[in-house]
Amino acid sequence: MQRGNKRLDYLLIMGLLSFLALPWYRVEGGFFAFEWLSGFLSSSDLVPGILQIFAEGRGWLALALALFLLGAGGRLIDDPDKRGKLLVVAGSLGILYMTFQGLAISFNGWAWTIMDTSFGSLQMGQPAMGAGAILLSLVFVLFIAFGFAERGVMKGDAFVVGSISVLVFLVTVFIFYPIGSMFVGSVQDFDGSFKPDGFIENMQDPSIWSLNCVVGAGRCGVAWRTLFLALLSGAGSTLLGLAFALVATRTNFPFKKGLRLLTVLPIITPPFVIGLALTLLFGRAGVVTEGLHFLFGIEPSRWLYGLTGIWIAQVLSFTPIAFLVLIGVVEGVSPSMEEASQTLRADRWRTFWKVSLPLMKPGLANAFLIGFIESMADFGNPLVLGGSHGVLSTEIFFAVVGSQVDPSRAAVLAIVLLSFTLTAFLAQRLWLSGKNFATVTGKGDSGAHAGLPKSLSISVYGIVVPWMMFTVIVYGMIIFGGFVKTWGLDHSLTLEHYARAFSVSFENGALAWTGVAWNSFWTTMEIALISAPLTAAVGLLTAYIIVRQKFAGKSAFEFALMMSFAIPGTVIGISYIMAFNLPPIEMTGSALILVACFVFRNMPVGVRGGIAAMSQIDKSLDEASLTLKANSARTLRKVILPLLRPAITAALVYSFVRAITSISAVIFLVSAEYNMATSYIVGLVENGEYGIAIAYSSMLIVVMITVITCFQLLVGDRRLRRENRCPASPRHVNFV
Amino acid sequence: MTSMTPGSVVFKNVRKNFGSFTAIHDLSLTIEPGTLVTLLGPSGCGKTTTLRMLAGLEHPTSGRIFIGGKDVTMLPAHERDVSMVFQSYALFPHMNALENVAYGLESSGFSKREAKERAEDGLEQVGLANMGHRLPAELSGGQQQRVAVARALVLEPQVLLLDEPLSNLDARLRRKVRTEIRELQQRLGFTAVYVTHDQDEALAVSDRIVVMKDGEIAQAGTPQCLYDEPVSAFIADFMGEANVVACNVIEHVGDQAVIDVGGLEHRLPSRQSKVGQAKLAVRPGSVVLDPDANSGLGGEILTSAYLGDHVEYEVETPVGNFFVIDHTVERSLSPKTAVSLGFRNRGLALIEG
Repeated sequence: MQRGNKRLDYLLIMGLLSFLALPWYRVEGGFFAFEWLSGFLSSSDLVPGILQIFAEGRGWLALALALFLLGAGGRLIDDPDKRGKLLVVAGSLGILYMTFQGLAISFNGWAWTIMDTSFGSLQMGQPAMGAGAILLSLVFVLFIAFGFAERGVMKGDAFVVGSISVLVFLVTVFIFYPIGSMFVGSVQDFDGSFKPDGFIENMQDPSIWSLNCVVGAGRCGVAWRTLFLALLSGAGSTLLGLAFALVATRTNFPFKKGLRLLTVLPIITPPFVIGLALTLLFGRAGVVTEGLHFLFGIEPSRWLYGLTGIWIAQVLSFTPIAFLVLIGVVEGVSPSMEEASQTLRADRWRTFWKVSLPLMKPGLANAFLIGFIESMADFGNPLVLGGSHGVLSTEIFFAVVGSQVDPSRAAVLAIVLLSFTLTAFLAQRLWLSGKNFATVTGKGDSGAHAGLPKSLSISVYGIVVPWMMFTVIVYGMIIFGGFVKTWGLDHSLTLEHYARAFSVSFENGALAWTGVAWNSFWTTMEIALISAPLTAAVGLLTAYIIVRQKFAGKSAFEFALMMSFAIPGTVIGISYIMAFNLPPIEMTGSALILVACFVFRNMPVGVRGGIAAMSQIDKSLDEASLTLKANSARTLRKVILPLLRPAITAALVYSFVRAITSISAVIFLVSAEYNMATSYIVGLVENGEYGIAIAYSSMLIVVMITVITCFQLLVGDRRLRRENRCPASPRHVNFV
Repeated sequence: MTSMTPGSVVFKNVRKNFGSFTAIHDLSLTIEPGTLVTLLGPSGCGKTTTLRMLAGLEHPTSGRIFIGGKDVTMLPAHERDVSMVFQSYALFPHMNALENVAYGLESSGFSKREAKERAEDGLEQVGLANMGHRLPAELSGGQQQRVAVARALVLEPQVLLLDEPLSNLDARLRRKVRTEIRELQQRLGFTAVYVTHDQDEALAVSDRIVVMKDGEIAQAGTPQCLYDEPVSAFIADFMGEANVVACNVIEHVGDQAVIDVGGLEHRLPSRQSKVGQAKLAVRPGSVVLDPDANSGLGGEILTSAYLGDHVEYEVETPVGNFFVIDHTVERSLSPKTAVSLGFRNRGLALIEG
């Protein structure tokens, strides 16, 4: 077992480093500042694990060391079966012990009173885990993985077993642990004792469940309103996204580039900005409202503030997401299928309805699911446009930060929200199961896509063109709004807002960022650029494992991952605060918590995109690569990733953009040191400084366009078919 | 790609379950180095599963697999000294032909330059020397197939696996390519395991054929052995057509058996038969029709079809209907003619009940 030795050696070196060369506990000033180097062997907070045991008297860590040495003993055993067993045992015990000691021993000794009574009180406690402790936990996880690989699990593929183990570990720490902490918190009183009264009371609240809008007078409960809104938003954005995708790929539409640019604009816009722009147009003091009043004497009303307004804003926001999903799907339909249909005496209409559309069905379902869940979780638009007609996500927010703080009400609302999104997810899964249309096969595919039937292309144009114009107007408002002195009162043009936000000056020969926005701007860029590639990597790796590997508990694994997609940002934000504020893992106020939040919140989108793209790649391609002496890591790198380029772009773009535009979770996690652009803008809006807020938003949009273009150029396009076979067929058009 | 070290293949009591379904029951099989062995059988018989276990794409539930004397049961696919030609070819659509062929070489640690040289050699071996720059989509089906073969062969594996490599080709090309594959295998001397459901293909290319049915080996042997001495009605019918009728073994004389088929006496190799009731497989070409005689097994022509070089008859007899191929085309018998049937010396076999 030569290969097993090499990777085990690396792992043992990592384990030794975790004890000898890294501070065991959390470093106050931040690990990556490297200020700990100076006090590494002297300051009692900074010393490595080995000294924590023998010099600082934290004897309980000796057991972790012992378990590590137990696993290391496996290096001496040659029989793969026995070695595997030893590694699995040592790894499992190790990770369990790390978790146990982390949770049980806090700052001042035992965290649980039961431990005090049964083991006697502990003289000293411990701070949160640091680099050393975390690295050792990872080593234990990999012990388990390598152990299983030695025993022939997953056909002995250590890369795959290792990936699965690490992913499970990460998902547990960053999704289940915080959510669990929050649910525990929901049935606890302020002092930590068990008190389910608030939970039960809230669960039966008629303001959540009332059906009065159907059977009686009055309004429906917030749960039903949210559901209704989500169904409409999902359907609307899917339909529009499909129309856009068809126009972009199957017609000779003259402004395709512009079309792609336009559809991308809303995605790179912080959601509340669309709400703001709609207010500027249709609000009580909006341009259209006042124009109608002036021309036709129609009284200004508040129709925009409520579900209608949120719906319009959400369709504007989510159509581009659906478009991004569907364009890959529409392009992925094998042209030879359509050509086959046409030779079978089907006209274009029949070809579209009977062949192309059914082949797109999984993609459509996917787009709808994303739209539905996005709508459920949307926080920015309801915040601006909801008024008193809130939806679940804003209700959760107000239950926590509002006048009456009620964590158990927030939890109940979160459970309701979760059950809706999970139901949608399940329904989708059942409908989609067994419908795998492999369209990129090992056999070369050639041919041209069929054009659209005439009547369909007319109606598609009829949808796309007006919507494009509407989008142009909305964005015009955003840009224009940044140059207007005071909206509704003084419409004279000014550069004042931009100057205040983004001014720079030279002082003493050095560049000084004097604008108020720079601080949050650079933080946002830094965090978005760190988290985007991480998100894409984790997401696509997960997709690869889900689509291509079979293992026990796979559906549970996939389900758990996808569930995190169904958890609204508001809930994530609160749960992160509750979980990562105290040992064993303390991250609040750091950049790390923002990165972790973005990676694990946006990963499911990468996973979905990856799954959709990967199920179109014939499995025999992987198998061919494996029989050609490539291990699974090389197969992934050389065969799968090149074929997945569109999905990689989508994942990178999406996670980058989400990191910049998201607000719901971020608003809980920002700190003075790490303030994000969106929460800063919301602060501006709250202070009534609309001008700067809008100016800042337009600036973000410009920056995002630039960065996305760079991503696109870096990742490139895939070339599989003969190009220009048919002059009528659209070439691959690069997404902006 | 001038010489290869062929390896042997041994399956020892291999069993494979997919959930509660057992695809392979208890497979033990030895393949000699340098031979081409075909796994033949109807779909769902387990032949592809057997091949995939050999490739390392599936792992057996129990039992051991050896390649070249080395136990590979738990080895992943990329660490086995085998390579495979896929039914769909599985050419990487984003790489051109040369890159496809060089892929496995680079994976096995050859330098870029050497991999390229060997890949060019490989393409030349299959007659595609100047096609290296083309993408799979720009090659015809036959060319794609040859790229797939070259890609597998340049690795000089101990064993080459072919999973229905001809099923995506048209019939004329199929005959040509199967000859090419056989010729290549004999020239380079590698061990090959070939999966097909087409018995003509199997007969044409194999040193040995392993016929599988329901996850078990139904019979293994040389093409001639399988054709001439089928052990069961399934084999007799699967390896070319056969009439299977009841007969009575009267006695054994040396290694010959004397049988009675509806009153017709005949002598043939006794094999493992016992005296008493038995089954007889008769090739359609081994039945002689005599319209004049009244002796032996009497029957009546039901249908007749003239096919140029032979005439096909269906004949009704007391022991069952016979399908007969008669090469005396100058004498075509019309339906309702009474005939008596006789057997030739070859093309008959006693089979298991």
